[in-house]
Order: sequence, then structure tokens, then C-alpha cells
Amino acid sequence: MSVVDYSQELSVIEGRPPLRSIDELISKPLDSKPDKKFYIALSITLTMLITGVICLAFTFYYGIGLWGNNNPVGWGFAIINFVFWVGIGHAGTLISAILFLLRQKWRTGIARFAEGMTIFAVMTAGLFPLIHVGRPWLAGYLFPYPNQHSLWPNFISPLLWDVFAVSTYFTVSLVFWYVGLIPDLAVLRERAKTKIKKIVYSIFSLGWRFSNRHWQHYERVYLILAGFATPLVLSVHTIVSFDFAVSILPGWHSTIFPPYFVAGAVFSGFAMVQNVLIFVRKIFNYEHIITVDTLEKMNKIMLVTGSMVGYAYIMEFFIAWYSGVPTETFTFINRAFGPYMWAYWIMFSCNVIFPQLFWIRKIRRNIPAMFVIAVLVNVGMWFERFVIVITSLSRDFLPSSWAYYKPTLVDLGILLGSFGFFFTWILLFTKALPVVSIAEVKAVIDGSQPSHEAD
Amino acid sequence: MNEKRLYSYTGIFNTPNEIIHAAKKIAEKGFKNYDIHTPYPLHGMEKAMKLKPSKIGYVSLVLGLSGAISAILTLFWMAAIDYKLVIGGKPFFSFPAYIPITFEITVLSASVITVLVMLFIFFKLPNNSHPLHATDYMKKVSSDKYGVSIQADDPLFNEEEVKSLLKSLNASDITPIYFNEEEINYKHVLLEPKFVGFLVLVALFTSATTYFTLNKLMYMVPFNWMDEQAKVIPQQPSKIFADGFGMRQPVNGTVARGQIPFLYKNNPDEAAKDLVNPLLPSVENLKLGEQKFNIYCSPCHGYHAEGDSRLQGQFPNPPSLHSEKVRNWSDGRIFYVITEGQNIMPSYATQLTPEERWAVILYIRALQRSLNAKESDLK
Repeated sequence: MSVVDYSQELSVIEGRPPLRSIDELISKPLDSKPDKKFYIALSITLTMLITGVICLAFTFYYGIGLWGNNNPVGWGFAIINFVFWVGIGHAGTLISAILFLLRQKWRTGIARFAEGMTIFAVMTAGLFPLIHVGRPWLAGYLFPYPNQHSLWPNFISPLLWDVFAVSTYFTVSLVFWYVGLIPDLAVLRERAKTKIKKIVYSIFSLGWRFSNRHWQHYERVYLILAGFATPLVLSVHTIVSFDFAVSILPGWHSTIFPPYFVAGAVFSGFAMVQNVLIFVRKIFNYEHIITVDTLEKMNKIMLVTGSMVGYAYIMEFFIAWYSGVPTETFTFINRAFGPYMWAYWIMFSCNVIFPQLFWIRKIRRNIPAMFVIAVLVNVGMWFERFVIVITSLSRDFLPSSWAYYKPTLVDLGILLGSFGFFFTWILLFTKALPVVSIAEVKAVIDGSQPSHEAD
Repeated sequence: MNEKRLYSYTGIFNTPNEIIHAAKKIAEKGFKNYDIHTPYPLHGMEKAMKLKPSKIGYVSLVLGLSGAISAILTLFWMAAIDYKLVIGGKPFFSFPAYIPITFEITVLSASVITVLVMLFIFFKLPNNSHPLHATDYMKKVSSDKYGVSIQADDPLFNEEEVKSLLKSLNASDITPIYFNEEEINYKHVLLEPKFVGFLVLVALFTSATTYFTLNKLMYMVPFNWMDEQAKVIPQQPSKIFADGFGMRQPVNGTVARGQIPFLYKNNPDEAAKDLVNPLLPSVENLKLGEQKFNIYCSPCHGYHAEGDSRLQGQFPNPPSLHSEKVRNWSDGRIFYVITEGQNIMPSYATQLTPEERWAVILYIRALQRSLNAKESDLK
């Protein structure tokens, strides 16, 4: 058994690569033309996307009667997917904000990529509130603007809080991402060989000139942004959980929802980042920037959040029993042993049992194993939202209004399309922008900071 | 116009320790207008350069507070003054419910506007025509070198002295940077009246075209397809059918669910032959029959069916039901009379369900038997 010396700070980047090689390595995918594999991957994701678009077109033409929603189950796949995708986004902000505040240097290799995923995941999530209203061209009424009817939205509705939370989250994430990108765009501007690239990078880097009089404010603003984004990331999924918790439905009306949802969001988000990063580091040869140590640390976070989620599952049962409310007790027994028990046990095993394998160091550092577990976590977290939404709705207070919910092909097509949308953006991102932050990685290489021997 | 003027002297260093040392020395000499350029922020550089701590935190504090206050005031105005909605009997200004939105607006204004202030007011970006741009110096400091640039407009600036200072600090590539008139007269493009005017015009144009496109060009009738669909409203005429009625009669021979049709209109003999009392003379059935008989039949027929009306001669009395004729009638025949009426007796089909009619018949039989008991009944 090897003993790890935790008093010694481990280097984040393997070896001591020269700074110039970092530029070259990270901007290599941007300099070269996309290869065959890229086009194959893009055609797969675009096919998924087009399937979703066709299903959406049908939905808009014929109405949401094409979905599996029925009388008690008025909320179906649209809300499940919305909560799932918003959750995926949370890992990015957690890595870029919370880990930044905690001075976790290992975040530098994965922060840019995770922030990009946040933006695409929130974009994907944002589609679902639009489509689930059935008439998306009227969704503008959700925003408080002086319309012809001089009506204002109902500010006491959690669904309106969602509108504000998600749009704020998207905007702040985008700004955070762009601020981080400015120095890297300036590096690309200096390296650009063609005129068009030079002009485009010049415009977007705004004339950044690596001045230390600027870096000083820049770092402070980055810290402020991280400080704002930290409560924001916690608030967004808290507000999403309010959609459920503020209602009186058994299984939803619960104060454990906000922390439980946030933990679940971080859990699934890290799993998704893990899944995609495993490919990215392999394809672009970033193995020494995104090291196995980094992946292991992400696995540890998944282990923690997965255990928190498992605690929440068990605590829900305890509270259902302890509260003495018969409908509440019934709902939870029904979840685990009712008609949706298959979904419940998929959720439970994928989210609670499999991630516990990360206690074993060998599995934590084994790339195929962590890939499989991360995929299972994503499946499990999708089913968690399914279980929460569907089981509570399909069997609430009155047995006379019970019904079994079954998704239709259109539902599944839209789910597939959402994955296509997300991964298409990811693919385009890897070819359009540096997926690893050049400036931040340079700053954490051994020997890149002054030793202050003279002080 | 194209006269070249000296902007600064630049030097390149290879390690972070060297640049920190150089920055300290330059600051100690008393230079004010100089800058250090590094590919990433270096720890301790602000101290070495003797820079004051960044004041941008105050900017975001002010922005965040004003965001929070304006959010609360706006929400208050919208929900408690301009358009009051009673929702679940809650107060119009229900502050706890406004916290989420207020928080989001606070974060949004504080973070986004802070970044804009930093980029456009603190840094005076975008500025791609700065003298240092498109120089070898910039190429180096963007990648892996650390550079210092001492500007010619510094009061202490002296070409020879600066050169020797950089040399004494072991800087390599000591080069002068020149710039031309255009760059001297560079003003922040964002603050130029022309540019601001252009922005205003763009804003006016886009809002006007957006308004026109959304409200006139693409105006969509509100969702009223269900109102406008082709349909027949009850009791309205219709040209589709020959009889001109919108509502349709049931098809001949239609039988309502749970109903047995009465097919013996004007045909008492047929009814007498075919219809059989489906009820057994049980206590409940006799009780039901008694109750219904007393309600509907007894006013004329009397409580014992002897034809002694309770109406005291205000209405012609019916014959007694104890006559030979009625006693010999089959149950079906009596059922026919109740259903269709006879002489001046009207039909009781609407008052009595078929089952109740049969119950009444059972009771009539019981009454008949009581006045005409058989030998066997006495046992």
C-alpha cells in the first residue's frame, strides 16, 4: 500500500513543459482542418439533432397531444429533460467558481471545457420550458416587459423564478466564460497565420495586451465573478427544485429538495464532464494537462455528491414514515414497489450503488471503469428526475385519478434530439475555441511563478 | 501625418524571477508610465510594481446594491401597484416570494456590468490600434516571455538612461516602439460622438423594425382555431340535412341503454299475452308497491282499490279493481293500463318506472286476494 503525502502540493501538470509548447498543443485543433473522425462524429450528432427537430416540428404542428402526457401526469419528458440538462450545467460553474474560490489548481485543465458544457447544457435545458408550453411563440409572455395587454407575470410562481434563474445563469456563465477566453483569444491572435483568423481573433480579444496593470483588475474581477457565481449555481437548482417543492403533491412537497437537487446536479454534471473529457484528452493528446489525478479528483467529488444523493433517498423514506402523513408514506412505498419500481431501482443502483466503487483507488484511477460508472450516473440521474416527476403525478391523493404514464416515440425523439443538440455544440466548440485555458494552465506549471527568494 | 514618434522602450526577460526583480527596480527608480507584460498573471507583481489595490470591487458592490433595490422596487410597482393579482389570498407585496428574482437580478447586474465596466472603462478596450500591437514584443509576451515597456511620456524618461537601465537588468531584445499620429490621437472609439450617434441610430432602427415585424408583419391571430372550426351548434338550422335540422333524431329502432321498449301501444291483448311480472312477491317489492299505489293510485281507486275515491266526488270514481273482470286480467294487461291509461285514467309511465309498475301490480294482486281469499289461504 502506497502512502500519499498530503502535506506536499502535487504538481497539476505532468512534467515541466515549456510555455510555448502549451500554446502549440492547445491551439493545434484550431490550426488544423477537421479530420474524418470529426465529420463522422458530427454527422452522428446532427442525425440525433435532426430527429429531435422533426419530432419538435410534429409537436408544434399537431400539438403536445403527441406526447405521452395524460390527465394526472401533466408534466412529462419536457420537465424531466429540463431539470436533467440544467443539472448537467452545474459542474461547469462549480469547477470554475467554487473550486476557484477554494484555490483548487487542478481545475485549470478542465475549467474551460466544463464552462463550455455549462453554456451548452443550459441552452439545451432552455429549450424545454419553451416547448412544454405547447405554443412557444407565446413564451415571451413569461418575461416582464410592457406588452399590449399591460399584464405582468405572476411573480409568486416558481415557474417564473425559473425564467429568471435560468436566464441569469446562462448570461453570467457566458460572461464568465468569455472573460476567461479573452487572454487566450489574444494568444491565438498573435499566432494567427491567415488574415481572416487574425481579424476575427482581434475583434474578439478586444485588443488585450497582457498588461499587468490589466491583469490586476482582471484577477480581481474573476474573483468577484466566482463569488457571485457560487451562490448563483446553488440558487439555480434550488429554484428548479422549488417548481416541485412549493406544490402540495406528496413526494414533492419537501424541504430536502433544494440541497438534494443541487447535490444531484453536481453529481450528474461531473459525470457528463468526465465522460466527454475522457474522449477529449485522448483525441487532442492532453494527457499531461488533464491528468489522471484530475480525473481521480472528479471521481472523488462524484463519490461525495453521489453519497449525498443516496442519503437524500433514504432520508425521504424516513421523513415519509416519521411525518405520519399517509399519502406521503404511500407515495414512497409506491415509488419503490409500485408500477414504476423498475425506474426507481435503475435510479437507485446507478446513483447510489455503483458510484460507491470509487472508494477503491484502482477503480478511481481506471479510465474505462470511470467512464462506465459516469455513464451509469448520467442514466441514473435522468431516471431520478423521471421517478420524481412521474411517480408523484401518476398516483397522488385520489385513487380515482390515477393513471400510468408511458412516453411516446415523439418524447423519446425529442430526448435524443437534446443530446444531439448538446453534443453538436460540444463538437463545434472543440474546433472553434481552445478547450483548455492557455493562460490558466501556464500559471500553474511548476516554476511558472516567481519563487520570491529575494523577499 | 505619418511621422513616427517614440512610444516606449521594451525589454524581454526569460524567467518570472527576473521580471519581478526588474519591476521592483523600475518602480524604485520612480517611473510611473511603464507596464509589465506577462502571458499570465504573476503572484506578487502588484506589490513589485507598487500598484494600488484594484478598486473594481466597489464598482460591483454599487452595481449589486442598485440591482437589488431596483428589482424590489420594480416588482413592488408591477405586482402591488400597476396590476394587482390576488393569488392564493397572499399579500400583493409578498416579499419572501420576491427573494429569488431579486437575488437573480442582483447577481446579473453586479457580475455582467462589472465586467463591462472593467473592459470598457478601466481598460479602455476594445483598442486594436495600441502602439504595442502587431509587434514582435507582443508576440513574445503573449506566449512564453516576460516583457517590460517604459513609456516615453514618463517625466523621468531619457532614451540612454532607460537603455542602460534595461541592460543592467539583463534584459534581451531591447527595442524602441514607435507609433504614428493616428495612434497618438487615438480616442476610445466607444465614446466618440459619431459612434454613440451610430449606436443610437442602430437602437432606434432595430427597435422600430422589431416592433414592425413582430406587431404588424408577423402579427398572429391569437389561438382561436377551436372557435372558428366548422361545427353545428344545438338548435341551429343546418343545410346539410334534408329536414334542415342541426340536431339529429336517433336512428329508428335505437334503444337507450338499460331500457326495455314498450311495444304494445294500442294493443292491450298482445300485452296481456306477452308480458309477465318479473318481480317476486317479496316483502320489499310489496312494500314498494304499497307505497307507490298509495301515492299514485289511491286518490281515485281508494286505499283498498274498491273504487272509493278519496276525492269526495270531485272526480268521477273508477270501477272497483275487485271485479271479476280485473281479477281475471293478466298482469300484463294491468301493466298496459298503467303504462297507456284507460278511459279517463292517464298514462302513469312518466311517474312510475317499469319496475315500480310491476310492484304496484303485485300489491293490487295482494289487495284482490285479501277480499277474495281462497280456502287454502286460511290454513
